[in-house]
Parts: sequence; C-alpha cells; structure tokens
Amino acid sequence: MTVLFGQLFTGISIGAVLLLIALGLALTFGQMNVINMAHGEFIMAGAYTTYVLQQSITGAGLSLLVALPVAFVVAGTMGVLLEILLIRRLYARPLDTLLVTWGVSLMLQQLARDVFGSPNVQTRAPDLLTGNVALPGGLTVANNRLFILALALAAVAALTLALRFTPLGRRIRAVVQNRDLAAVSGIPTARVDRTTFFLGSGLAGLAGVALTLLGPIGPTMGTNLIIDAFLVVVVGGIGQLKGSVIVAFALGVLQATGEYLTTLSVAKVIVFVAIVAFLQWRPQGLFTLRTRSLA
Amino acid sequence: MSLLWGRRILAGAMILVAAVAVTACGSKTSDEGGAAGVTADVSGDTVKVGLLNSLSGTMAISEVTVRDSIMLAVEEINAAGGVLGKKIQPIGEDGASDWPTFAEKAEKLISEDRVAAVFGCWTSASRKAVKPVFEKNKALLFYPVQYEGLEQSPYIFYTGATTNQQIVPGLDYLKAQGTKSVYLVGSDYVFPRTANKIIKAYAAANGMTVVGEDYAPLGSTEFGTIVNKVRSSGAKAVFNTLNGDSNVAFFKEYKSAGLTAAAMPVVSVSIAEEEVKSIGTQYLEGQLTAWNYYQTTPGAANGKFVAAYKAKYGADKPTSDPMEAAYVSVYLWKAMVEKAGAFDVEKVRGASDGITFEAPEGLVTVDGKTQHIAKTARIGKVGADGLITEVWNSGKPIAPDPYLKTYPWASGLS
Repeated sequence: MTVLFGQLFTGISIGAVLLLIALGLALTFGQMNVINMAHGEFIMAGAYTTYVLQQSITGAGLSLLVALPVAFVVAGTMGVLLEILLIRRLYARPLDTLLVTWGVSLMLQQLARDVFGSPNVQTRAPDLLTGNVALPGGLTVANNRLFILALALAAVAALTLALRFTPLGRRIRAVVQNRDLAAVSGIPTARVDRTTFFLGSGLAGLAGVALTLLGPIGPTMGTNLIIDAFLVVVVGGIGQLKGSVIVAFALGVLQATGEYLTTLSVAKVIVFVAIVAFLQWRPQGLFTLRTRSLA
Repeated sequence: MSLLWGRRILAGAMILVAAVAVTACGSKTSDEGGAAGVTADVSGDTVKVGLLNSLSGTMAISEVTVRDSIMLAVEEINAAGGVLGKKIQPIGEDGASDWPTFAEKAEKLISEDRVAAVFGCWTSASRKAVKPVFEKNKALLFYPVQYEGLEQSPYIFYTGATTNQQIVPGLDYLKAQGTKSVYLVGSDYVFPRTANKIIKAYAAANGMTVVGEDYAPLGSTEFGTIVNKVRSSGAKAVFNTLNGDSNVAFFKEYKSAGLTAAAMPVVSVSIAEEEVKSIGTQYLEGQLTAWNYYQTTPGAANGKFVAAYKAKYGADKPTSDPMEAAYVSVYLWKAMVEKAGAFDVEKVRGASDGITFEAPEGLVTVDGKTQHIAKTARIGKVGADGLITEVWNSGKPIAPDPYLKTYPWASGLS
C-alpha cells in the first residue's frame, strides 16, 4: 500500500514536471505550429536564474520565491527575442524554424557553459522543501514534489482562466482556431504571437525553477526533457490544454510504474511503445480542436 | 499549413535527434599509429605528457578537480628541476564525458603530440574506451580512480583502488556493524555493474542479503521510483555506485523521502570531498564513504599537499581521493622514469616494481606485476563541515588483487 501510494505520487510528480514544460510547448506549438527546439534552453535559463539569485539572496526560501517571477520574465524575454529575431521571419517555413531553433539551442547551451562553467551547479533547497509530510498509514509525500505539483496545477489553472476569460486569451484562442479569420477580424496576430511566445517560454522558466529542487543545473538539462514534453503535446492533441494535462500525468504514472516493475531503461521503452501504439490508433492525439478552418 | 504537416516535421525532428545521439555513441577510434607504436618525442629540453579529463558534461563535476591536482604535481616537479633534467610540458584534452571522444583524444595525444605518458580518465567506460588505443600504440596511461578490478593492462598503471582495497573493505565494515541486508544503487555502465557482481558474490558468502539492485543511466536525475523501492525494501544499508551528478538528485530524493544516515546509511564509493561540497552537506551529513584518502588524513605529506592545493586553487577547495591518486601518479611516473633512466615505455614499465612514494594517503608501493599500487583502505563519515573523517582503516597498505584471487568467494567472477 505504502509502495503503491509512493509510486503513484512519484508518477504524478514526474507528470507535474512534464506538464510544466509541455504547457509552454502546447501554447507555441498549438498556436503557431512552431517546433521550438530551444524550449529546453528556456528551462535551463529558469534554473540558472534560480542559481544566480541564490548567490545574491542568502535565504534559500526567499530566493526561490523571488526566482519564480524573475525566471518567468527572463525565460519569457528570451522567448520574445527569439520570436522577434528569428521565428517571426520563418513562420511559413516550419522545417527551417526547426533547424534554426535547434541551432539556437546549441548556442544557448554553449553560452551557459561559458558563463557558468561546464560542471553542473546546484542550489540549496529551503529547509521547508527538503523534508516530507507524513500522512496517516505510514504514507509520506516529499515536500519538494508537492511544491512542484502545486506549481504545475497553479500554472494550468492560471493559463486556463486566462485563455477563457481575458481579452488576450480570447485573441489567442481566435488565432489558434483560424489565423486568417482572426486577422481579418482585426486581431493583431503578430502581437498575439509574441505574447503567446512570452507566456510559453516563461512557463519553461518556471519549470526550470522547479527542477532545481530535484536535481543539478547544467547546460544540457533542457535537452533531456524536451522530447518527453513534445510527446506529451503530440499525444495530448494540438491546440488545447486538457489533453496535455491528462497525458502528462498518464505518462508520468506509466513511467513510474514501468520503472518499478522493471528498470528505468525498460520503462522508457514501454512508454515509447505505448505512445507509438496510441498514435496508430489516434494519430490526431487524445483531443482534437474542431474548427471550420480549411487549413 | 496543416497540423498534420507540423506533426510530420516533429517526427522528423525526433528522428534527427535520435540519429545524432546514435552517431555520438559510435566509435570514432582511428587506426593511425599502427601496431609498431609511436615513440614519445623527447628530443627537446621538455617532455610532453597528456592530461585527459572531462572538462564538460556530467562527469566534469569530478574530473576537473583531478586535472587541477595533476597540474599541481606537474608544476611542483618542474619547479624542482623536472624529470631527467627535462621540464614537463602538459598537453590538456577534454574528454567531454563521452567515451568515443576519450578514445579520439587519446589517439591524438599519442600520435600527434607524441606524449611520454597520459594521466587521466575517471569512469571505467572511458578507460575501457581508451585501453585499446594505449595497447595498440604501446603508450602509457596513469589511471587515478578507484574502479571495479578484473583488469590488468600492460599499458595502464592503476593508482586508484581496486576492489579489494575499497569495495571489499567497505563491505567488511558493514558486516562488522551487523548489517545483514543491502540495496544496490548504481549508474548503468561497467563499473557499477561489475562492482555489484562482486558485492553479490561477497554477500552470498558472508551471510548478507542483497534485497534489491537498480541502475540509472549516467546523468539521470529522476530518482523518485528508485528511492521508493529502496525505502520499501527494508534494507539496512545502501551501497551506492552512482557516478557524477546523478548523486545530487539521488541524495535530494533520499532526504525528501525521510531516509536518514542513522536508519539506513548509504555507503558511497564515488563521492569524495568535492562531490560532498557540490551535492550539499545538508543531504550527505552522516553518510559513509569508502576510499583510501581524505583531506583529513593525518601526516606531513598530506599537510603539504592540502596547503599547496589550497594556495593554488583557493582556500575553499577540498582535496579528495581521486585527486590525491592523480597527484601521486605523476610522482610515481617521475620515480619510474628516473629509475629507468629513460622515458621509453618498456623501460619505465620494467622499472616500476617496488617503487615507493610517501604519498598524502601514506606510503604507497607500486606492484610491478599488476601495475596497481598497495594502498590503505579507509572508511569515512561525512561531517557537518562537508569534510570526511575516518571511522575505520585497514591499518596497513593492502596489496592489490585486481582479480580477487585471494578471496575464495570471488572464484566464480571474471
């Protein structure tokens, strides 16, 4: 029972990390059909932001709290710069975008190496987040994972509410559903794209902050996660969030269960096989966005 | 542009990434040099040596410090007049935590730079990758890290511990403490797999049970499941052969899960002072390590080494076992060359037997037959200050036995 619960919680927690990363991707991939290979480096930027803040702010708890908004803005700004300088010029050329953002990703990794050094760095977690909460029946949940789960759920809630109830959200949804119609209706699609990119990249920054609680910070930390996050978006279905949410947690639990029953490497294989099988059955993903658009 | 189109491209991207990953793993060892071997270039008034360590990637956390201590030894030797009247000219290469890169750089150091000896490598995977390169070219490698044993290359000197000088004493210590069951956690490559094979043979013969065994890929940072398995296994101790910064994620998870050094101690064989510092003392306090040297090891030779290291690299830099073994390896090479009176590899090898050096860890003696060195085993406990203090030692240097021939329980191995 303890084990089962522990594994379920581990799976959900893996899912929460995936979700934080995939949310940003779901936004940019869904709206602009841009495959941003540099998304992982925005995670890295968020993580290094936490590290830098911890060098200047002594309290580990305070620096983490400050890091959340700062990392969001830092990663978001990097995303906007990428959009303005490169992606905007390549909207009609998806393959070129892919290669260009991959190049950017390699450059950002090297930049991190030059600035912070090749060896990975670590942050001190606040004492509050290193312990665990004891539940009745001998069950425990780790505080850091609880924090990440809360952060992921808060991000989903905030994003859902923003998409549904704010003017910006309405514009984003309009562009996702039918870009041309949105444009002729007077929506400044270019500006909406830029804002979406800011939000999506900022969420990656938040994911970076969360990851500092689990492991080391290094130049390649993003690349390790980006493929899993893309899988979440593709399997979940493009153009909406609920698919990503469900699939992120499902993949997390599948990964944790597979790993418990076999080994880590075999679990990865199980996850990939399951995804391939699923996409054979539903190539469009779990949910599809129904539009009247011809494209 | 349809969604389907985007998805096709994404699929293409995945394949591209996978393809790059696969080619990166492919062997790139070149065949230059030939079987005749390359003689070192010692014509000038300097002698070149190669330094081959990962300065980037997941192993950099550990290997940079080894490079630093090799450089310290080189500078000290040069300041004292060099080797056979020649100053040592170090040529550094970055192995980048990637085994084919190690082989490529080793080939370059031997064939292009024509170095007299190479110092470096950390993971056994990198050593296994360069071993054929050194054997083919008949060149010398000094390998400074503890490893899984069961190897004896004529062209490698092993200055770190083999299993009977580290892992076996570590198990002896656990047994003496009355530990009846252990859980094995390691990185997924040759050292942890072989070490765990040895541990399982030891356990079977000594009334210990191995209740679980798990491996994570090198560089892995998700340990939720493994720690959960460890916690529910009821093991009395964990034997940890994780390498690199997977240890950071593992110990963070270990502490988060409420596991403590008092209830379930972790004995680590790849965590030294430098790693303690970067993982964070808060996660490691009270945990055990098995090595041959700690910064706190008493003795004049160590006092001098620690002072020199801190003077060169900063007062906050700790010294550790692999750093010490690397530092010692340069001095041992110097002693061998001077005894042989030449830089020639075969002559140096011939002169190696019985060479002693008053090392920071205590007196070490080279065993010419196995090309390992006799070392004292020391079990340590991580303190609140991040330093490791000795709780037990073997009393005298243990003769190297890489194939564990003197241990009856190990007869089925290798």
